Amino acid sequence: MDELMDYDDAMAAYDPVLGMEVHVELNTASKMFCGCDNSPGGEPNTKTCPVCLGLPGSLPVVNGKAVESAIRIGLALNCQVAPWCRFARKNYFYPDMTKNFQTSQYDEPICFDGHLNLEVDGRTYRIEIERVHMEEDAGKLTHAGSTGRIHGAEYSLVDYNRAGTPLMEIVTKPIRGLGEHAPAVGRAYMAHLRELMRALDVSDARMEAGNMRCDANVSLMPKGSDELGTRTETKNVNSLRSVEGALRYEIQRQGAILAGGGRVHQETRHWHEEGWTSPGRSKEEAEDYRYFPEPDLVPVAPSRAWVEELRATLPEPPAQRRARLQEAWGFTDLEMRDVVGNEGSLDLIAATVAAGATPAAARKWWLGELSRRANEAGVDLSGLGVTPAQVADVQALVDAGTVNDKLARQVFDGVLAGEGSPAEVVEGRGLAVVSDDGALGAAVDAAIAANPDVAQKIRDGKVQAAGALIGQVMKAMRGKADAARVRAILLEKLA
Amino acid sequence: MSHAILTATASDLGRRIAARELTAVEVARAFLDQIERTNAEVNSFLHVDTEGALAQAAAVDARLDAGEALGPLAGVPVAVKDLFCQEGVPTTASSRILEGWRPPYSSTIVQRLLDAGLVLLGKTNLDEFAMGSSTETSAFGPTHNPWDLTRVPGGSGGGSAAALAAFQAPLAIGTDTGGSIRQPASVTGTVGVKPTYGAASRYGVIAMASSLDQPGPCARTVLDAALLHEVMCGHDPMDSTSIDAPVPPVVDAARSGDISGLRVGVVKELGGEGYEPGVEQRFREALALLEGAGAEIVEVSCPNFAYGLGAYYLIMPSEVSSNLARYDGMRYGLRVGDDGVRGTEEVMATTRAVGFGDEVKRRIILGTYALSSGYYDAFYGSAQKVRTLISRDFDAAFEQADVLVSPSTPFTAFGIGEKLSDPLAMYKSDLCTIPTNMAGNTAGSFPCGLSPDDGLPVGVQVMAPPLADDRVYRFGAALERLYAERDGGLLTDRIAERWTQEA
Repeated sequence: MDELMDYDDAMAAYDPVLGMEVHVELNTASKMFCGCDNSPGGEPNTKTCPVCLGLPGSLPVVNGKAVESAIRIGLALNCQVAPWCRFARKNYFYPDMTKNFQTSQYDEPICFDGHLNLEVDGRTYRIEIERVHMEEDAGKLTHAGSTGRIHGAEYSLVDYNRAGTPLMEIVTKPIRGLGEHAPAVGRAYMAHLRELMRALDVSDARMEAGNMRCDANVSLMPKGSDELGTRTETKNVNSLRSVEGALRYEIQRQGAILAGGGRVHQETRHWHEEGWTSPGRSKEEAEDYRYFPEPDLVPVAPSRAWVEELRATLPEPPAQRRARLQEAWGFTDLEMRDVVGNEGSLDLIAATVAAGATPAAARKWWLGELSRRANEAGVDLSGLGVTPAQVADVQALVDAGTVNDKLARQVFDGVLAGEGSPAEVVEGRGLAVVSDDGALGAAVDAAIAANPDVAQKIRDGKVQAAGALIGQVMKAMRGKADAARVRAILLEKLA
Repeated sequence: MSHAILTATASDLGRRIAARELTAVEVARAFLDQIERTNAEVNSFLHVDTEGALAQAAAVDARLDAGEALGPLAGVPVAVKDLFCQEGVPTTASSRILEGWRPPYSSTIVQRLLDAGLVLLGKTNLDEFAMGSSTETSAFGPTHNPWDLTRVPGGSGGGSAAALAAFQAPLAIGTDTGGSIRQPASVTGTVGVKPTYGAASRYGVIAMASSLDQPGPCARTVLDAALLHEVMCGHDPMDSTSIDAPVPPVVDAARSGDISGLRVGVVKELGGEGYEPGVEQRFREALALLEGAGAEIVEVSCPNFAYGLGAYYLIMPSEVSSNLARYDGMRYGLRVGDDGVRGTEEVMATTRAVGFGDEVKRRIILGTYALSSGYYDAFYGSAQKVRTLISRDFDAAFEQADVLVSPSTPFTAFGIGEKLSDPLAMYKSDLCTIPTNMAGNTAGSFPCGLSPDDGLPVGVQVMAPPLADDRVYRFGAALERLYAERDGGLLTDRIAERWTQEA
């Protein structure tokens, strides 16, 4: 196990410098260089063709939609868009690569020199973006054996369904001046990118599914020094929590090495979910990728007019949108934090409000009843099967007094069971609240007759006893009575 | 009867099949029989697809019998260089590493041939992965030149050229990276054209060097080559480097052959030391004939052509080293050393060590070195600059001339084994043809008699600007007519009897 320096001690002695490399899988309909289905999953090796299998003689053709997504990502990150750029081949042998080279970009990325502002705990950090480039994903290897690694595996299986998925690599310049906040800023950066990718609708950006993968670089500079230290690159850190944990761990590990007079090895490291990193490939014996311009593709030359057209399609920046909606909805900071913390709920609430519900009602349903159901079902809120329009309809039924909150939950049962619209469920299940005085009066009379003692107490002025009789009536009417009306009729009869 | 079919031109066969004087099946049978009779001597075919060819021929006959109008080459057989993927038909690139592989898809050009009703006889021999100028680096034995079986038929497309010269096929297709269509055409007395880069789709053609490879037609006559050119070429959305422009009027040009008033530029640098005297003599005679037909002969200088061979042997191997990386035994083809003990990397390395021949390995190593960090600028980078300079030389020369000419290759067919151990001597076969690949323009090789030195065919190369492929055919047709008037026929007529007497 590595020796770790106390975090505060490390911060007293060193300034961490971060560098984030994030891979984002695009959600285009087809792959980067062929027409194959780009949706995730499927029986192994069914979403393949001669091109993504790299068969002899096959040639790539660039997916225009992927280029469009790359430019939109670049623009959203305030990047320059290259008027002319090329793909390059990155040559190395690995069985998850069908051609033993990855078609990527090297010294001519499509987007470069961008920045974004990140707000973390009330402070704003400017993150400089070095580049956004396009490339293709590799296949997936599964190693049979104890280690789960290719070395020592009994055999390995490869699935090329993912081979050729469009991949964007977003690289920051070295990020300095973060001090003790470095791990939190690293995490916030990932959260920001995730939100941005979804707002742009260019990626599902699910870290747990590998749609977004982070390689976190960190090095330490002695306080007062201006010289960058030796960095390590922790690969494939696949959750926000892990990004923060991996950065913190590496800072403590490197701190201990430097404080002991040692030298940090430039290397890649693997993050383990239990909270530590282990060494991978040493960068000092790094492979020579022999990059050269991809001769099978022609240069990509987006016209200025097209770039401006795409700029016009950019969504409102997520932070700005959050602030605007909070203001419009009148939510407190605490309420808004709950909304933002509940993945997907912001968009669902916005859509529900657009469908006619009040912001408070929309929030109540999505963060309450519906979140509970989503948790139980183990799905995302958006995957629950209830639409914002249906939520707005249910709330309208409540507002009209047609159902109460309790009945509304049964309406959702019906909607989820596929029984139709909320109104159809109310009709089909007979869920409407009874507020007809005739029917209610008869039920009240029955309750009084069955409970003469209680009735007498009420007549004697013990109004709080009314609850028991109201309960009787509600029970008799299987919850479908308008409780306020029942109370009024009861008190009138026993006045 | 069979003899007459074998020696007929493709255009003639196409016309007679369309007129129902011949059936596509009897034509296919005649050539399949010829291949069976002669292939042991020539070794031009690696695989003969008898069943497939007869089925394609029968289908063409059925369509013609039903009154359908098909193209001018419908029912005409064609030999396919074994670098083109054809669904279900073994495709090896003449390499052990792909032995037994049957592609699950067809190259665009194979599909175009089939769509035009051509009958695909089988796959022809080549240098391994098209790397060579003699067809000797084939893993499946050398092809022999039908003019002299102790000689090479050129390369890499020696199989296709020899198939034409031995009357095993009236048409063939090839690929040309540094001269692999033109040099074999030259040394076998046949016609071969490298179209403008991007004119013919590379999709489904096993890559050697992507930025240089270009498929093209091979035939015994200029018109036949032009008819095949027209079928092969045209935009293909599956090939990003394919040109989206109409195919130049090559057939009209081949029928016309009128060159009066056109300027012919003789490239000063493509001649002299290293060129056989007999080759230079026949080349000068060709110039005299062209002049006599009304062309104006001018001398042009392309000083950077001198660096062409050197630059080519940096760019081509660089692309080769990357293009051939996929042959690792993991997914298809040969796998060696998978004994349950060796790891993935070792199986890959062992497979490649066993599966590739010396010339392929030489180029992979050269290219790997040229692209290495620290050497890239000096090697690959400089070579790309030379490439630009060669293009500029062409641009300047085409200001002064409508076409440029040179010998197609400095020497006639050499003996089998003669240059195999001396790669540099072998590489010089392509001295005249490489500049055109480097610049991406078009050129063809046309017969211009037999060398007085050894009695073997000599070829003249006609080069034209990009997208002016028709000029190549116009001059080819003029030369063909001028020699026919002088000599009474095609060069290959002189060995027709030798190869078809038993038919």
